[in-house]
Amino acid sequence: MPKSHSHPYIPNSVPETKLEMMREIGIRDVEELYADVPQKFRLKQRLNLPKPTAEHEVRRQVEALLSKNKSCRDMSFFLGAGCWPHHVPAVVDSIVQRTEFLTSYTPYQPEVSQGMLQAMFEYQSMICEITAMDVANSSLYDWASGLGEAVRMAVRLNNRTNVLVPKIVHPERLATLQTYVEPLGLRIKSVGYDSETGLLSLDELKRQCTDKTAAVYVENPSYLGFVETQVEEIAETAHHNNALFIVGVDPISLGVLKPPGEYGADIVVGEGQPLGNHMNYGGPLLGVFACRGETELIRQMPGRIIGMTTTQDRSRNGFCMALQTREQHIRRERATSNICTNEALCALTSATYLALFGPQGLRELGETIMVKARYAMQLLSEIRGVRAPVFESPHFKEFTVNFDKAGKAVKNVHQALLKQHGIHGGKDISGEFPELGGTALYCVTETHSEEDIENLAHALKNVLSGGRR
Amino acid sequence: MFKQACWDEPVILGLGCRGRRGCILPAVKEEARKRVGDVLTSLPPKLRRKTLPRLPELSEVEVVRHFTRLSQMNYGVDLGFYPLGSCTMKYNPKIADLLASGVAELHPYQDESTVQGALEILYTLSKWLAEITGTHEVSLQPAAGAQGEFLGALIMRACHKFNGDIGKRTELVVPDSAHGTNPASGTMAGFKTVVVPSDENGCVDLKALKAAVSERTAGLMLTNPNTLGIFEKNIAEIAETVHDAGGLLYYDGANLNAILGKVRPGDMGFDIVHINIHKTFGTPHGGGGPGAGPIGVCRELAKFLPVPCVGYDEKRKRYFLDYDRPESIGKVRGFYGNVAVLVRAYAYILSLGAEGLEEAAETSVLNANYLVKKLSQIRGFELPYAKRRPRKHECVFSAKTLYKETGVRALDVAKRILDYGMHSPTTYFPLIVDEALMIEPTESVEKEELDHFVEVLKKISDEAYSNPDLVKRAPQNVAVTRLDEVKASHPKTMTLSWRMHRKRNVIKGAAP
Repeated sequence: MPKSHSHPYIPNSVPETKLEMMREIGIRDVEELYADVPQKFRLKQRLNLPKPTAEHEVRRQVEALLSKNKSCRDMSFFLGAGCWPHHVPAVVDSIVQRTEFLTSYTPYQPEVSQGMLQAMFEYQSMICEITAMDVANSSLYDWASGLGEAVRMAVRLNNRTNVLVPKIVHPERLATLQTYVEPLGLRIKSVGYDSETGLLSLDELKRQCTDKTAAVYVENPSYLGFVETQVEEIAETAHHNNALFIVGVDPISLGVLKPPGEYGADIVVGEGQPLGNHMNYGGPLLGVFACRGETELIRQMPGRIIGMTTTQDRSRNGFCMALQTREQHIRRERATSNICTNEALCALTSATYLALFGPQGLRELGETIMVKARYAMQLLSEIRGVRAPVFESPHFKEFTVNFDKAGKAVKNVHQALLKQHGIHGGKDISGEFPELGGTALYCVTETHSEEDIENLAHALKNVLSGGRR
Repeated sequence: MFKQACWDEPVILGLGCRGRRGCILPAVKEEARKRVGDVLTSLPPKLRRKTLPRLPELSEVEVVRHFTRLSQMNYGVDLGFYPLGSCTMKYNPKIADLLASGVAELHPYQDESTVQGALEILYTLSKWLAEITGTHEVSLQPAAGAQGEFLGALIMRACHKFNGDIGKRTELVVPDSAHGTNPASGTMAGFKTVVVPSDENGCVDLKALKAAVSERTAGLMLTNPNTLGIFEKNIAEIAETVHDAGGLLYYDGANLNAILGKVRPGDMGFDIVHINIHKTFGTPHGGGGPGAGPIGVCRELAKFLPVPCVGYDEKRKRYFLDYDRPESIGKVRGFYGNVAVLVRAYAYILSLGAEGLEEAAETSVLNANYLVKKLSQIRGFELPYAKRRPRKHECVFSAKTLYKETGVRALDVAKRILDYGMHSPTTYFPLIVDEALMIEPTESVEKEELDHFVEVLKKISDEAYSNPDLVKRAPQNVAVTRLDEVKASHPKTMTLSWRMHRKRNVIKGAAP
């Protein structure tokens, strides 16, 4: 079809160029290159899509759509639950927008990709430092799928038939785990908790953990924000039964919380989003995955791992993909995972972030978050009818807020906060944990000012004293 | 002449100086701190971190310089030709990056009333992708093509389970030219892989396929055009064979770019289709990711898609997250998908429109066939399989003759290409071609650059015949010369983290 202009992204769309190239090939029409596509399948009309749109118009249209959203910049905001608001230093965005990184792909040619390879090695190394593990891969998709991969890895190692998971676990992670292990026929067994503290019931764990248990999984901090303090005992029970101990972490807590490598974790998974990645409406995220250094474990790891090596003439250090014989492009149906495209750019983000914060910064960040979260818990628990947190345990950045005694349903509190005060409250978890009554999960980080927290307390007081149920 | 930057940039964990900082935290108000007390002592001692992690201590300036230097030792699409076969390294429009930042600060659990714009984008994109692939409904959830494959295989599983015969349908048929992810995804979903050979034209051997399918067949995974860049013209018979046996047909969308607007997988009989957003729809590959791998399915399989899908309530004129899908396979990841990537795809499709997408497909195919014609004339390289048939978006050359006559392998050629300031093709894939060089120019390259690439390969051929050592010693113009990849993976020498490096200092004779 004749066109008035070529497309900016398609240099050879100039008709004269096409003609010249076709002449070279010996055809008169590009259609000849599609001659082997059976006619009966060929599209007879154009796709039902918009017409080509100029950049200015694209921008206007998309920005018009985006303007219908309200973000955490537009309102005070207390959501967490697996994706958290943290400050992203300008340096981080600036580095990851460098198009030498952004527009490259998997470093199949390491000599021309040393930049990304070294950055990935540094990411892996920093993840190892903060988790106190020996080896980390260069990313999986997210925490949830990382958990699925971790449990599959445990089963490859010991060929057992069940996995123990705490009852207090993120429902989306549990759902993803179920999907990942269903084909293995693995049973997921839930371990209950102490109703006062939220901590895992050790009695129940000991009863359930047997020589059939492939792995014991805990999250620290837990989904509901409290710190699981019995991790050493849990590790001991798991190891006593020769099961693997898998720990899920929010890595931003590891400046203040003991790293899982120091309490017996065999595999660590977690969500790297807090380390400099924007929330992006839930994706892309960053699956953190690390394990102990035994060759037996490393060989069963999923995902890409970057190693340090030298040039063949030994004149210089360099980096390349290591242990590729675990991966799908070599091992095919016997690969440890099918993962190929991963979240490398998010790993670069987190490497930059950790380099900026350093050891002291990470410690102070953890402390600041804990102070602010605790300040919020104290202010909220002073409100009549509010209990915050529900569990008597130390908390990190998230905590439960119960409204039962205030006589209002969580969703009504939420709507009143949002509509009357322009404040977005925490996640309603009353459907997920009915035994906790009308409860929401709130999150406070270094991004919340004391004023934000005080405003929330005022607004809640107002909402709860205001109307009846 | 091309020279890549070569910085002696140490590993960041060995840099810095005590006390330096790259980031300052907002201060905590004194009254709040006083009121709360010492939070760290609220943690039981056994849960407190005793020794700080051994992260580097750096100023902001040093961090910026370090990573900027590293970036200069990395090759991306914005620098030049990147004909990495099966990866579709096309141009990534800047407007898409700019617009994607508009969802950066949205939280996935926000009240639906506050994210109507984001939901509308996702809803519309899923409809567009359904239109492009000829499928009934699309889920945007998978984070990458391989996760889309895993999800697709799980949907096959769910379907056979629903029909009560998952017990016997245990085999997944995969051609020998398939991407490695296909059999790997099948295994993850609990299937046994059955490999069918290619015929003399590089296409699925129909006789072998007929022999391979049975009442045990769960489905077939197929790339069309296949990894040789050849269209499987017997697709009607292939589909019929698989469907007659009660199996499902899965489309690996890695090569979708070739056929946009020309022919749709759904119309060819595919029941499940994944789409590599980062390939076909021009989103940046990010040094390995993130991408996105939505899947589309036919009407009968829609009920098995993961939750949530994005729905539209006509009555209330509201977009919403639809969790009410009782037959759903569940979830393959947290939340809804790689939204920032998907928004870029939305902008890409809007920019090109139906005509532009077809133009992209046509031009990518024209470019590939132009290379076929030109490269076939170079000594030492030949085009295996179906020489007379047009290729689609990519072509696979064999350097077998070159190797036999000069000792120069496809690997050496790939390394030498780097010296000329270009990225190499995919090598040693598909497995059915010896000394394979898999070349995918995409539509994002001007004729002059294609001619330049041809010129470079011609030079390398000349070098191989006149001075093979020159090629075998390549690369010399990039940051490092050839790396010892065996050392990187050997149990005695592998160094996978700075911690391992500290534990055993294995890199001997290396520069400081």
